[in-house]
Amino acid sequence: MTTAVEHYVAARNALVLPGTGLDWLDELRNAGTRRFSEKGFPTLRDENWRYTNIRPILKQNFTPVAVLEGSAGRTEGLSQHLLPGLGAYRFVFVDGHYVQELSDATGPARGVVAMPMADAVTRGLDGVKTWLGACVPEDRGGFTDLNTAYIEDGLYLHVDRGCHLEQPIEVVFISTEPGGQLIQPRNLFVLGENTRAHIIERYISPAGRSHLTNAVTELVACRSSVVEHTRLQEEGMDAFHIGGVFIRLHGDARVVSNNAALGSMIARTNLHVALQEEGACCHLYGVYLGNGRQHLDNFTQVDHRAPKCTSNEFYKGVLDDRARAVFHGRIIVREGAQKTDAQQQNRNLLLSGHAEVDTKPQLEIYADDVKCSHGATIGQLDDSAMFYLRSRGVDETTARGLLTYAFAADVINKISSAPVRNHLEGELGRKMFGVGRPEELS
Amino acid sequence: MNTMLSINNLHASVQGKAILNGIDLQVNPGEVHAIMGPNGSGKSTLANVLAGRDSYEVTRGEVLYNGENLLDWSVEQRACEGIFLAFQYPVEIPGVSNIYLMKAAVNARRKYRGMPEMPAVEFLKLIREKIKVVDMKEEFLHRSVNEGFSGGEKKRNEILQMAVIEPTLAILDETDSGLDIDALKIVADGVNSLRSEDRAFIVVTHYQRLLDYIVPDFVHVLAGGRIVKSGGKDLALELEKAGYGWIEIAPVAEAADA
Repeated sequence: MTTAVEHYVAARNALVLPGTGLDWLDELRNAGTRRFSEKGFPTLRDENWRYTNIRPILKQNFTPVAVLEGSAGRTEGLSQHLLPGLGAYRFVFVDGHYVQELSDATGPARGVVAMPMADAVTRGLDGVKTWLGACVPEDRGGFTDLNTAYIEDGLYLHVDRGCHLEQPIEVVFISTEPGGQLIQPRNLFVLGENTRAHIIERYISPAGRSHLTNAVTELVACRSSVVEHTRLQEEGMDAFHIGGVFIRLHGDARVVSNNAALGSMIARTNLHVALQEEGACCHLYGVYLGNGRQHLDNFTQVDHRAPKCTSNEFYKGVLDDRARAVFHGRIIVREGAQKTDAQQQNRNLLLSGHAEVDTKPQLEIYADDVKCSHGATIGQLDDSAMFYLRSRGVDETTARGLLTYAFAADVINKISSAPVRNHLEGELGRKMFGVGRPEELS
Repeated sequence: MNTMLSINNLHASVQGKAILNGIDLQVNPGEVHAIMGPNGSGKSTLANVLAGRDSYEVTRGEVLYNGENLLDWSVEQRACEGIFLAFQYPVEIPGVSNIYLMKAAVNARRKYRGMPEMPAVEFLKLIREKIKVVDMKEEFLHRSVNEGFSGGEKKRNEILQMAVIEPTLAILDETDSGLDIDALKIVADGVNSLRSEDRAFIVVTHYQRLLDYIVPDFVHVLAGGRIVKSGGKDLALELEKAGYGWIEIAPVAEAADA
């Protein structure tokens, strides 16, 4: 019997990936394959995975989609699932492959390179050679290695020094019928000095079939850049989703990361932020909404490697039914990273007596002049607030919905794009209460 | 004239402890009833039982509201039928704006009656008119419900909600506690502006002071979970002079022969 690891290595070796034969690329991929073969998938014995059992993912052998055959049929009707009114440059990938007819890449301004990774690696662009794999930390884990072994498609974005993008860049990954696919997007966003941009990454599977998405995004925020990265994981309830986000901030860069997890049977996001140079500042906002038997795991790691950096992390979760969530907030303050200011908050709202949360702050501080704080709460809807609303005539379901919106709102409201905020609020209502979004709450 | 509220032999307990031990009270449209009594006598329990708070268990008796069994209704149905409770401790609800709550309240009641939602322009006009009565700034409308409000602001906000919702039976649970004299007058003005022949009030208070400004038709003294004395507005003045000391003995004696 072949193991899951053997299956994925064999499937990898059977593929002819774009750019095969380019030394730098072969080396990168082969290193991924080698490490993956050696270390395999994480297990519950791995400290960073002790609350998330991935065995259900390994029971099936998902297969890579080599070429998108008959793409016309496969992409039919998909455009209705794209967010309206974003005003973004849009790049759409179906089952892991770029689909031009669903995309709108006409706009990007001068100084912006945005193209499918498959093209970027084949052309061997300097930015790709320099940065691909560079943000991935040593303790990357098996899924990231698996992704690296298969590097194929995704978005490569490079914004030249001084460019301000007025509109967001939207990258959408859609998985389709019949299910069973292994989809491994690989994105690289390089934001030059003094740039401004908002990148929205969205994962959906309207067909709702079981598949495995194992995505990796690397984001480099060069000196004094101001970057917002919004990640929406809205895959179907039978999907498995593993997402690695590796962000590196140079001096005085400022990154806002918004991370929403709504979909998938088992979902895990690994968010690693390296504050590489003095004066960098990151804000990490997250919201996870689980119901049914979903398992949503957010692993976050903020690495203060230089003095005078600031990190502010705020994650909120709402769980109903038998859903389970994990929040792991690791903060490392390296020796010499003096004047660090690191804050972390995790708040959870349980709507059912059977829902469960494991929240784990983990602070490792090797400098002595730092300001760090963390806090975690798990609670239920406030009975007195429920009674107060109902005593004003608001019915019970609406009152629960209102209080849940109000709970999640301060995180959702951090997203600068109104269409994304509205969409998330709408999804919150539909998913948790079977109703639409109430009109303005404030 | 039909009785609006008819409370007959009402018993209620909290966590197995009996608090109300046989309340009888009749309220007609247009009347203002003051309920007074020492701490722990059951005043707030009565107010909360009428509003439907589920931590209170009714163990005996009945409450008829316009001839229907009030105790069968959910909290929100009572509200939609016109019952309003001004809370002794108004709840802070971060993330839900004051104006949103009032709009939801107004429209819930309209929906219940089969009416369409109130048009936004009309609602704004209504709220601007009512906010003057309680002397609050418009910015309070856009703040989260009661969040960061002072004690007096919270109480005025209760009165604002009442004025906007225009209930049929308003129950004020110690709305006067913790108010300075100016705030007390504002609260009283709010109540007085709503007095009408088809609306009734139950004003629960520990002190006579509020009744200088909201002049009741009836005063009831609650002690040991029962109404031990009823009278006109002068009863409140007697209580002010004599205190509650003389009453606290009475229910014990009655309980002995019960």
